[in-house]
Amino acid sequence: MHILVCGGTGCKSSNSDLLVSTLRNELLENGLDKEVQVVLTGCFGFCEQGPIVKVLPDNIFYVGVKPEDAPEIIAEHIIKGRTLQRLLYEDPTTKEKIQNAKGMNFYKKQLRIALRNCGFIDPERIEESIARDGYAALGKVLTELTPEETVQIIKQSGLRGRGGGGFSTGLKWEITAKSQADQKYVVCNADEGDPGAFMDRSILEGDPHTVLESMAINGYCTGADKGLIYIRAEYPLAIARLKIAIGQAREYGLLGKDILGTGFNFDIDLRYGAGAFVCGEETALIHSMEGERGEPTFKPPFPSEQGYMGKPTNVNNVETYANIPPIILQGAAWFSSIGTEKSKGTKVFALAGKVNNVGLVEVPMGTTLREVIYEIGGGIKGNKKFKAVQTGGPSGGCLTEKHLDIPIDYDNLIACGSMMGSGGMIIVDEDDCMVSMAKYYLDFTVEESCGKCSPCRIGNKRLYEILETITKGKGTIEDLDRLRNLSDVIKDTSLCGLGQTSPNPVLSTLDNFMEEYEAHVLHHKCPAGQCRDLMTYWIDTENCVGCTACARVCPVSAITGERKEVHLIDAALCIKCGACMEKCKFNAVYVS
Amino acid sequence: MDKINLTIDHKPVQVEPGTSLLKAAEQVGIKIPTLCYLHLEDLNIENKPGGCRICVVEVSGRRNLAPSCATQCQEGMEVRTNTMRVLNARKTVMELILSDHPFDCLICAKSGTCDLQKTAQDLGIREIHYKGEQSHYKEDRSPSIIRDMDKCILCRRCEMMCNEFQTVGALWGINRGFMSVVAPAFEQDLEKSTCTYCGQCVAVCPTGALTEVDHTNQIIRALANPKKKVIVQTAPAVRAALGEAFGMEPGTLVTGKMVSALKELGFDYVFDTDFAADLTIMEEGTELLKRLTNYLAGNKKESLPILTSCCPAWVNFFEEYFPEMEDIPSTARSPQQMFGAIAKTYFADKIGVDRKDLVVTSIMPCLAKKYECQREEFKTDGNPDVDYALSTRELAALIKQSNIDFLSLPDSDFDKPMGESSGAAVIFGTTGGVIEAAVRTAYEIYTGKTLERISFEELRGMEGIRHATIDFDGLPINIGIAHGLGNARELLESIKAGTCNFHAIEIMACPGGCIGGGGQPLHHGVSGVITARQRAIYEEDLAKPIRKSHENPYIKELYDEFLGEPLSEKSHHLLHTHYFDRSKVKVVIPKTK
Repeated sequence: MHILVCGGTGCKSSNSDLLVSTLRNELLENGLDKEVQVVLTGCFGFCEQGPIVKVLPDNIFYVGVKPEDAPEIIAEHIIKGRTLQRLLYEDPTTKEKIQNAKGMNFYKKQLRIALRNCGFIDPERIEESIARDGYAALGKVLTELTPEETVQIIKQSGLRGRGGGGFSTGLKWEITAKSQADQKYVVCNADEGDPGAFMDRSILEGDPHTVLESMAINGYCTGADKGLIYIRAEYPLAIARLKIAIGQAREYGLLGKDILGTGFNFDIDLRYGAGAFVCGEETALIHSMEGERGEPTFKPPFPSEQGYMGKPTNVNNVETYANIPPIILQGAAWFSSIGTEKSKGTKVFALAGKVNNVGLVEVPMGTTLREVIYEIGGGIKGNKKFKAVQTGGPSGGCLTEKHLDIPIDYDNLIACGSMMGSGGMIIVDEDDCMVSMAKYYLDFTVEESCGKCSPCRIGNKRLYEILETITKGKGTIEDLDRLRNLSDVIKDTSLCGLGQTSPNPVLSTLDNFMEEYEAHVLHHKCPAGQCRDLMTYWIDTENCVGCTACARVCPVSAITGERKEVHLIDAALCIKCGACMEKCKFNAVYVS
Repeated sequence: MDKINLTIDHKPVQVEPGTSLLKAAEQVGIKIPTLCYLHLEDLNIENKPGGCRICVVEVSGRRNLAPSCATQCQEGMEVRTNTMRVLNARKTVMELILSDHPFDCLICAKSGTCDLQKTAQDLGIREIHYKGEQSHYKEDRSPSIIRDMDKCILCRRCEMMCNEFQTVGALWGINRGFMSVVAPAFEQDLEKSTCTYCGQCVAVCPTGALTEVDHTNQIIRALANPKKKVIVQTAPAVRAALGEAFGMEPGTLVTGKMVSALKELGFDYVFDTDFAADLTIMEEGTELLKRLTNYLAGNKKESLPILTSCCPAWVNFFEEYFPEMEDIPSTARSPQQMFGAIAKTYFADKIGVDRKDLVVTSIMPCLAKKYECQREEFKTDGNPDVDYALSTRELAALIKQSNIDFLSLPDSDFDKPMGESSGAAVIFGTTGGVIEAAVRTAYEIYTGKTLERISFEELRGMEGIRHATIDFDGLPINIGIAHGLGNARELLESIKAGTCNFHAIEIMACPGGCIGGGGQPLHHGVSGVITARQRAIYEEDLAKPIRKSHENPYIKELYDEFLGEPLSEKSHHLLHTHYFDRSKVKVVIPKTK
């Protein structure tokens, strides 16, 4: 028997480590430690319900498990064979308790290729990876296929870069393969930096071997014998698991000299990033690895021709790599049968924001936003009204109600004014102010711009300042023209992808939510009630009973009134902290 | 490879593969504005970060605008440099740059010679639509250079010069985004960095962010003080560049006008650093011969090659990076300091003035000279041998302030005795000149024969590292020359590795030597300005009646009356120096690609 416990970063922060040790102690005390194994796996994806525990072979899926639940799981489920009803997932609509993950809406529409092993194997044991076909693709490639044939398979599969750009992976490999040099490099871009995105982290934490295997295949195809993983130092768990995985792969002869006796040499080292978003851009990433300032340089030359240390370098993202072994094993035709005409396979999204089922989902390309948000995501939290979904992180744009039925793929998202990006998906509801959201993303870009080119360095700062003025109620209608012109120029003139996309949140909110901007600048009102400077707190004379609770809680003494008489808020003093509203038991405080 | 055909603003252009859109446009008379781009063609110096985005153009079929400096021409391209989209983008980017720049043009040191100001004018900026927070940094004042980073536009030219060309590693881009700034590591002051004060960052700065420490007021005050005798020396490279500050063509020699101007300014004696250059040759040339003779006699302790020591930035550089090699450079002081030492002893005695009442000033193409004259070892009882070193630019400013119409000045001669010099001294101003001057004298002393050919073309040029073998009547003398500290580093590394067999090496820190110094009128990225100055220097040499240092009669007189002979005890005391280990942080300079 196996008890799988999610060891992703989310569940770990909800104490899954303690849960594991408690489970193991209980088994030991009951003398079952030889028969039942507790395995710490990678992310299951259903982070909203974490920590998650799965019992095999019964295939029972427990959610929200706490360390104190461990004795009961062992006593009831393991020893007596009785499923713990209270820890099962309850369908929010039917109120039915569901035992098997396959029965949950969250998993029903998902197709897991990149995440195929996450939540199934112990990422710290190479044997478990091998048991699920790990390194079989590498073996096949080395013994049955030439590098050219392998590249052809990748090309035919239609796989496109999952890091955001969407460039054909096979073509990239082909260009690197054709570059002539005495040394070439294979690089894995694990510098995931979009706010709210954790696709790559989860793959590295849950299935590190798939990335190592793919990099070796890439090395075989392109003629590189050295692989480097550029990973942000803020991913300590992923780093730890990668280190273990590399050590095990070397031990098994799957990395190093003469791999599988074929004469092919390939080894991998880690390079740590200091957490700069711009270092996800491949030229900046390469400069950072070289020990230089993490700044992009113009292309050409492309890294495939002149990259790390001036040598041809193939840079692919983690998720792209995770797709390679299944393509090799199951064929290009299988992979290209999934998805839309120009976007093949699946895409992993990190679902976040005002959605019921926050987590990691992998769906075939062509799935609609509605399916992702309402079926997999379980709809909007608290039955609020859906307003928009931001895809592509700070580089993307927001999509609205009218975009919900568009099949998601690279080209459709761009056509709607957003982009795939690396797969962040943040849902906002009626309580969210779109001007503030644009401002939030610009705040991020201002922080993360490398500062090399003037439009990105200064332009984004100015965009942020204008948005700030608007959310403070001091904007004018002319500011909206300035926003648009500045956004257009920043996109048109910036050096790298960061600046070329950073105004997207501004432009797409201007396009889709002009009325919100107008409300801010013309009427000095925030329709979502989120911009504090535009809110006024009032006391309803009908409801106020003069209990004085609000006056006593007000930190700036802005509320006056005698006992048992209607109270008054002095708007000039009020700092809009909301303490009075929270305190009032009579619904007498309101905002307009 | 086949040539590439394209059109720029509908004009057909044919270019070699690899040509940038910017250069291609120049071929058909289209001048695209630039800010960060810098290309000194003859010196192989290029700054092309593609950062300012002022030079953007529209390329048909391309999604966004292309930086013309960094985009290569491709067959069939249709390029537009002045569409509404381009003009709007360019103006908007310029407004953004100006929005983070102080509006103090009227009192800025660079006003009138500022590339940013000129480009803003050319683009017709009349309003800044995107005002906002501005960057503020504390002013950093070193002995030579002032950094006012509020005015920095992140063109990164200084960083390129400091790292790629000079391999000094004092200035780097630090911080991110709006907080980005070019600064020494950890935003320390320049004085605490590895800076050599070569001033090449100042020479290429397009704004007032990097300027020299201004000593003109001290000069004005000294000249106004009746108790002081104020004398001035002028370095050879100044006369070949000063005219540019008054609108004259680069390469115009203004020696006579410069002397007149200095006399009008009220200097009591106008002397020539060239006199001290001749003196340097006597000392350094003799030292070379002494070391060479010892070496040839089998004394293996004698270290060769001997390296020149006239350039103060170079001295700072090897004290910083190669302190273990401090016995290799000549111990001879630089001409500026030799002049100061002789002026405050020999000449002060001659005119009966106490050294404290004698103010020795110098006009230099150099900013490191400001630091050099403040070194403790060049002071007697706290009184410096040279009180103030002005740059060529500061002299030009002083002349303008004093209502002197430079262009209409007559020619005057330097005063005697320290105004007389040979052609050999004049060529100190260019790369290859010091060693050529040394060869002219060393040859005649060593062989006892008269040189038939005085000009050594094989030592001249603009290549970063050059070498030649001069036949000393059967003894082949191997000579190396480097200008630019990166090139110097390369030569020093080969000395360390034992892979070079030079007897003597000349090193100058600045591109082209002193003519390209950090204190010269700005070249604005036109390398022809520097080569024209070089031509002027050689012109003056040719026109001189005396072209060898040891034939300068006043030098002979100085030895007869005062010093005795080269390398005498008095010479050692006054004309030679010693070096220090000043290494601070060990910085590894990554190889440039």
